[in-house]
Amino acid sequence: MSTETQAVENVEVKEREPLFSKKNRKLINNPLDADNPITVQVLGVCSALAVTVSLIPTLVMCISVLFVLIFSNLAISVMRNVIPGRIRIIVQLLVVATLVAIVDQVLQAYAYDVYKLITVFVGLIITNCIIMGRLEAFALANKPWPAFLDAVGNGLGYAVILIPVAFFRELFGSGSLLGINILGENYPGNGVMMSPVGACIVLGLIIWFQRARNGYTEEA
Amino acid sequence: MLENYLNIGLRSIFVDNMIFAYFLGMCSYLAVSKKIGTAVGLGAAVTFVLLMTVPLNWLAYNYVIKEGALVWLNDLGVSKEFADFSTVNLEVLKFIVFIAVVAAFVQLTEMAVEKLSPSLYNALGIFLPLIAVNCSILGAALFLPGKEFSFGQSAVYGASSGIGWFLAVVALAAIREKLSYSDVPKPLRGLGITFITVGLMAFAFLSFIGFKIPFGVE
Repeated sequence: MSTETQAVENVEVKEREPLFSKKNRKLINNPLDADNPITVQVLGVCSALAVTVSLIPTLVMCISVLFVLIFSNLAISVMRNVIPGRIRIIVQLLVVATLVAIVDQVLQAYAYDVYKLITVFVGLIITNCIIMGRLEAFALANKPWPAFLDAVGNGLGYAVILIPVAFFRELFGSGSLLGINILGENYPGNGVMMSPVGACIVLGLIIWFQRARNGYTEEA
Repeated sequence: MLENYLNIGLRSIFVDNMIFAYFLGMCSYLAVSKKIGTAVGLGAAVTFVLLMTVPLNWLAYNYVIKEGALVWLNDLGVSKEFADFSTVNLEVLKFIVFIAVVAAFVQLTEMAVEKLSPSLYNALGIFLPLIAVNCSILGAALFLPGKEFSFGQSAVYGASSGIGWFLAVVALAAIREKLSYSDVPKPLRGLGITFITVGLMAFAFLSFIGFKIPFGVE
């Protein structure tokens, strides 16, 4: 009996699955909502709170994280069979740090104004737990294509939370969106939204909203 | 001199608090703040690692990375015809160097603690690997180039940033322990209410900004 089921499983594994099979689509869809890296797994929160004062730096940050996540996931997934277990954290950190150095140089060359605002946080992508978490939990155990999809999904899941936070903080904090004034010249600005306090409270409310919608609760 | 150190210390504990002003190290901050015991353990480990790695990274920055920092190689006798180090600028490599210093130090500490004091290892051991990827450690290193500290000042900065983190995590753990008895709306339980609590705590810490330290420069 047991040998039979094992044989069946082996056959299933050997079948080539289509590029966008149900399982692969899940890799992208899940992190967007039910398994979101920020609101459910609670990873990568530092930058989520720190860069969201206005929309433009937030968009740049999301793109940078997506880039680093995709390429580090691919690199670690390709190397997964040759990395010795004991020093894997250092190998992962070095791969990520190299990619972050590339992002940093590109931003410095082509987007200097934004770069000045977020330079420390671009550096902190290295220790962004989303990236380390995905490398540890997924890329080390999976082939490059699923690892790529997983990276895209989690990168977008990060952006899906950051952009609304930045939207509300910029709108109510300085009365503008993408640097364009929306609420009129007379809007006095709201210091609480501009400060880290606003970030925490807006994020808390977004989590509340999301969980009320999808019914996820935790015992605490 | 002493006033200056005191100033940096108090500033980085209260005004530029790692958690409430910069949100560095939030992931582990939220993860371990459920119980006071674990919060104290991780807080102590973070303080120790910050105290050690910030001066180490200061050395790395000022003697290897900064523009012209390698000039001591010329002074040691490497001829200028071979390589003129006064123009070498390795800023590109700062991320890689900083994270390598932190990761290597954490790994060494873990091995040393395991060897020398098994009881301490049992108390702190599980937290040490977490620390290599704690943003506040790398963040403190990345703030260094903008601050122009001396070596001693960087050590004070590291230690007091750690103490600030320690205070923040223990305070939040205490609040969360009390919070578990209160009737929070279901979807808000756990992470949601924790974020709002942190926001209110950051609000309280904002009031330190106007604080004048009596014997300080500012």
